Amino acid sequence: MNGTILKNGKPVGLKDIPVLPIGEFEDRVKAEALDGLRVVAFFGAAGGRDAVNLYCVLADDENSRLAAFATLFAGDRTYRSFTPDFPAFHLFEREAYEEYGLLPEGHPALKPVRNIFPAGSDGEVYPFDRVEGEEVHEVGVGPIHAGVIEPGRFRFSCLGETVHRLDIHLGYQRRGAERLFLRPGAPPEALLLLAETVAGDECLGHGLAFAQAWEGLGGADCPLRALAVRGLALELERAAMHIGDLAALSGDIAYLPGQAGLGATRTIVINTLLEICGSRFGRGLLAVGGVNYGLDGDIAARVRANVDAAEDAADRLCGLLFSSASVLSRFESTGTVSPQTARALGMVGPAARASGLSLDVRADHPAGPYASFPVHRLTLKTGDVFARAYIRRLEITQSFNFIRGLLDGLPAAGDLVAPPRPLRPEAFVVSLVESWRGETVHAALTDASGRLARYKIVDASFHNWSGLEQAVRGNGISDFPLCNKSFNLSYCGFDL
Amino acid sequence: MLRLITNRIKQGHQTIRDLRRPGVSDRFRGLPELNAGACPADCAACAAACPTRAIETAPLTLDLGKCVFCGACERACPRGGIVFTSRFRMGTAYRERLVAGEARGLNFYMSRSVRDRGEPRRFFRRSLKLRQVSAGGCAACELELNACSNVNFDMGRYGIEFTASPRHADGLVVTGPITKSMSRALEDAYAAVPEPKIVVLAGACALSGGLYAESDELDRRFLETHRVDLFIPGCPPHPLTFINAVIDFIGRK
Repeated sequence: MNGTILKNGKPVGLKDIPVLPIGEFEDRVKAEALDGLRVVAFFGAAGGRDAVNLYCVLADDENSRLAAFATLFAGDRTYRSFTPDFPAFHLFEREAYEEYGLLPEGHPALKPVRNIFPAGSDGEVYPFDRVEGEEVHEVGVGPIHAGVIEPGRFRFSCLGETVHRLDIHLGYQRRGAERLFLRPGAPPEALLLLAETVAGDECLGHGLAFAQAWEGLGGADCPLRALAVRGLALELERAAMHIGDLAALSGDIAYLPGQAGLGATRTIVINTLLEICGSRFGRGLLAVGGVNYGLDGDIAARVRANVDAAEDAADRLCGLLFSSASVLSRFESTGTVSPQTARALGMVGPAARASGLSLDVRADHPAGPYASFPVHRLTLKTGDVFARAYIRRLEITQSFNFIRGLLDGLPAAGDLVAPPRPLRPEAFVVSLVESWRGETVHAALTDASGRLARYKIVDASFHNWSGLEQAVRGNGISDFPLCNKSFNLSYCGFDL
Repeated sequence: MLRLITNRIKQGHQTIRDLRRPGVSDRFRGLPELNAGACPADCAACAAACPTRAIETAPLTLDLGKCVFCGACERACPRGGIVFTSRFRMGTAYRERLVAGEARGLNFYMSRSVRDRGEPRRFFRRSLKLRQVSAGGCAACELELNACSNVNFDMGRYGIEFTASPRHADGLVVTGPITKSMSRALEDAYAAVPEPKIVVLAGACALSGGLYAESDELDRRFLETHRVDLFIPGCPPHPLTFINAVIDFIGRK
């Protein structure tokens, strides 16, 4: 592995990131990708006077390392697209084109990423993928969907009931989140709250990724008690969302005992977060340099009681769910993503693990609470709705066990927050967190005066929406809701 | 079958019986109580700590439309000038009443904040169907609105439900700061709701832009051209906050 070696959450000087000539940059990316490294982030950043830097961060998961290098576009803004060889780059390249005009020559589908109404157009002009043929029909959905969920547009090309192609166009949720991190004078506490809403259902995942990035750049050491609370909260969020997803999957196939019972079980878990910090989503729990709430009084004991109760209920209900023939007949062999496809698309999180990829930031790039409490890697092989549901069941148990382990060895109460320090100037940090949805990436660059100059966020959804597009191919269109829910991806986490 | 029945027995009854007065954890950050008497002159620690500039001093006020209920002001004030109570009934029909101050204490808020316009009662008292539109909502509001219909809260018992189509709805519930990209779809959805119709804003983003108020990706003109009937604060609003506001609005007991 070449380039600067990075560790999760540990900053390096911007000068230590090699800026390669374009040809060398292309060769380097290809060589590392052929070597099995995985793209984590690939983004433009203003390089002064019309120049643009393109940063590439690749992960060597086996060795817990990241490689970072860059290239500079001063005049000509073209490079040879990596997508034909490595499809995992396809959205990153489209994004860098949309944001900075960096043209990847040879990209097979250079379409908008988040632009709904491009300048000069009166309507929506997104060129949806089409399947030609006399009997092909298209089904358009969105941007507003039939449930209480976020907006996005889907276009299915079908022959009869069978979906041959799905094209997903997002961007309706774009709030300009990354730019808001760069507001001059914004205190880090306000930015932390902003990070918590990048995807509100991954409040703790994104919040922690920001905190880790900021603390890395400032060199703060989070108190041990605070680290334990962070790990506990992140696992509560994971368990709650996984239980909620299993409830929703049950609802999609009209398995009402699962929908009702697991829905109520999720309530126990999120109300535990409420008892800890006053918010069912963990809003306001994290602080820059620590946490605001430290499991004071009898709260640790109540957390344990709630976790035991929730695990009992989840076990009982999952036992029913996964032994019901009517459930299994809908789950099994539906929406299959092969390991090859999952790897090629750069899928992450439970969806990747359900397709046999052993990827988990908690184990691969451990930081914070996970540096001292290792997490066992879980994978399943079949890559269908069943696997994406069952991996959640396994991870719920894993999270509850992890929480009990933390409670058993809870560091003594004391300071909850390490005093903030100024950010290191001209530095670069990549912060990875395994949120319930998968790898959450926050990358930050500081300028000469120690202010944020570029803030890049990659939600797990950025990789995994392409997985959903592949999963539905060859399936009946009526199984789409089931496939979709088995991924449960974020719209605003993608749109930013 | 036997296992299903056993499960049903073990599960018991999980619905909150009285949604008007359930016990919520004391730690829940609901309606804030302001006590300006505690403030020394020239202290603005709370206002400085607020991420959405919801607080003004002299006199001390807190705009619940901007508040994200993070508790930073409470932590910044050593004298108890702002204390978040666990009261969850915060909905109001008047935007200006979202600005809490000492003169507008709890009783004022609880008794008069939801307008009795007559019309909503006449039309919607027994049945109110709502179409939710997420216009940049981060999924937290959406999760809480979904939770309103789960077995714990069971909003449907009051005849209040979310519909799939705006054509079947009596009104819109808007979440999110209203992005440019969603502004047209929001107008379309509004146009598709038959008269008489209401507009409900849920969550700090919808009420004021929230943490995204300074974003240049928003287009909030929808709120200038359409009357808003109900404002529900929170980030996100707790299901009890939402359900109680709507029940008060349509005049259910």
